[in-house]
Amino acid sequence: MIEIKNLHKSYKMGKNSLHVLKGIDFSVEEGELVAIMGSSGSGKSTLLNILGMLDELDEGTYTLDGVPIKNLNETKAANYRNKFLGFIFQSFNLINYKSAAENVALPLYYQRVSRKERQEKALKYLEQVGLKQWATHLPSELSGGQKQRVAIARAMAAEPKVLLADEPTGALDSTTSYEVMDLIQKINDQGNTILVVTHEEDIAHMCKRIVHLKDGVIVEDKKVEQVRAAQYV
Amino acid sequence: MFDIERWQEIFDTIRKNKLRTVLTGISVASGIFILVILLGFGQGMQNGIAQEFEEDASNRIGVWTQVTTKEFKGLNPGRPIRLRNENYDYIEDKYADELEYKSPNFRVFNASINYKKESGAYSVQGISPEYQQIENEFITKGRFLNYKDHQSVSKVAVISNKIHRELLLNEEDPIGRELKIADLSFKIIGVYGDKGGEREEDRIYIPLSTGQRVFNGGDSLNMMFFTLKPAATFEKTLAESIKFTDEIKTYLKQSHTVAPDDMSAINTFNTLENVQRFMNLIGGIKFFFWFVGVCTIIAGIVGVSNIMLIIVKERTREIGIRKALGAKPWSIVGMILHEAIFVTAVSGFAGLIFSMGLLELIGPNVEVDYVVNPSIDFNIAITTVLLLIFAGTLAGFFPAWRAAKIKPIVALKEE
Repeated sequence: MIEIKNLHKSYKMGKNSLHVLKGIDFSVEEGELVAIMGSSGSGKSTLLNILGMLDELDEGTYTLDGVPIKNLNETKAANYRNKFLGFIFQSFNLINYKSAAENVALPLYYQRVSRKERQEKALKYLEQVGLKQWATHLPSELSGGQKQRVAIARAMAAEPKVLLADEPTGALDSTTSYEVMDLIQKINDQGNTILVVTHEEDIAHMCKRIVHLKDGVIVEDKKVEQVRAAQYV
Repeated sequence: MFDIERWQEIFDTIRKNKLRTVLTGISVASGIFILVILLGFGQGMQNGIAQEFEEDASNRIGVWTQVTTKEFKGLNPGRPIRLRNENYDYIEDKYADELEYKSPNFRVFNASINYKKESGAYSVQGISPEYQQIENEFITKGRFLNYKDHQSVSKVAVISNKIHRELLLNEEDPIGRELKIADLSFKIIGVYGDKGGEREEDRIYIPLSTGQRVFNGGDSLNMMFFTLKPAATFEKTLAESIKFTDEIKTYLKQSHTVAPDDMSAINTFNTLENVQRFMNLIGGIKFFFWFVGVCTIIAGIVGVSNIMLIIVKERTREIGIRKALGAKPWSIVGMILHEAIFVTAVSGFAGLIFSMGLLELIGPNVEVDYVVNPSIDFNIAITTVLLLIFAGTLAGFFPAWRAAKIKPIVALKEE
């Protein structure tokens, strides 16, 4: 599903250049649930941004579902993001003047899905995350965990190939975190490919594979016994 | 533009951001409103001043004489100059093609007038029939003087409404009644009114020939009046009337042996020169209102631009989210501009309709000196609205374009 070879990325900070990713080789199969771990500054968020086509790579190759991702202009990147990827952010990133259902329906708007179908799909995915009765509420009327579940429903709505989650539990307390992870595990059980960036050990162990990043290189890549989040809920 | 989905998305945004929308709308609508009212009153002042000047024929040229002030060809200064019938005849003859109306004037001030037992003192003026057009007199009863009266030296008189009231005590049928001027009987043939009001109604008109004979004037005149046929443009008319005035002055100086540089013996006035002054005044007023109007529009444009900048800034994070969800840069720019154009257009036209409605409603009822029927050219009003919409669009485009170009991760970090 994801194939990365010899990935380099550096940021220019004035005259100095900060080399963040120093040659990453990495691949993900369909249906995997991968945790990307590392301390802050290890390059894990940069990696995720490149995977998500939110940022551009300097060197190396990136293939997503057999499509080489290179020389993207804004329009093409937008198309691929819309077709291939769903994002889950630490700070939820819901649009605050739109209701839960409208937020979930937004990626479908950019897929040029008709209004009626959008509404139906939005309700369907809200039901999956258990928030159907909250469909008309604004994000400001929802708790943190609920917001993240709406964000997950939104990421799912476009039916992407890969879900990318950047610290999805970073802004949540542990109980809520486990609820969100439970949801992510269930989505994975349906066969979806999910990448989760985290620095929390227990969250990482709820995935099926842990990739450890340190100073821009992968230092460890191992399969783990998945801890089901449901038992903590 | 005709994408129904886009429209729905925009109406959603507008409905859920009422404050932002209302503020933008008010600033646009009030800008247009102020401009229309200002320009309307500028036009009203122009109308008012124009109306004040319609009262007298505006291209009237008058000639009168005083004593000489300079020694010339052995003649002493202080010699009184009298206009003669022959002077008038010469000018009338020479400028027959250029002149529109002309009249000599032989006048006696404070002549004693009697009607039955009433008496009063009025100015008696011997004139020719065209004097009616020169003074803009209108006839309320009977008729004005004609050439037959002049030729037959008839003792007929035209009195004013004011004299009819004061001296004849509103006699029901004044026409044909006998009036005594300098103890001679005159038949009243008409009653006139003057647009300038009663201060211009202290005159009794009689034929020139009769006047000169009754008051022993011989062939002397007090004044001569002329109006010229209007040329194609005001500037041309003015130039011609100045030329005409100069020429008759030169002729009169020669025929009366007056020094060419004697500024006081032969005098003329030319109302057209006053009109020119007022035209300049109107031009100045118009320019002033335009200047204020343009400043208002600029203030409106700056206001709309500011609001657009703030809106885009406020929406940067939302733009990042939309981009992460797959929005293309142009769809972001389109969304922001679409909303901006829609809001500016609706509020701009609302301001236009409201202000023009107000002008239509109160315009005809305005009764202030020098302000008559304030109104505005519809095309100008529409143009200003379109200008404001265009400026708002332009002002919104650059920040929107910049925001659409920002990388999603940068936009998402925006708080």
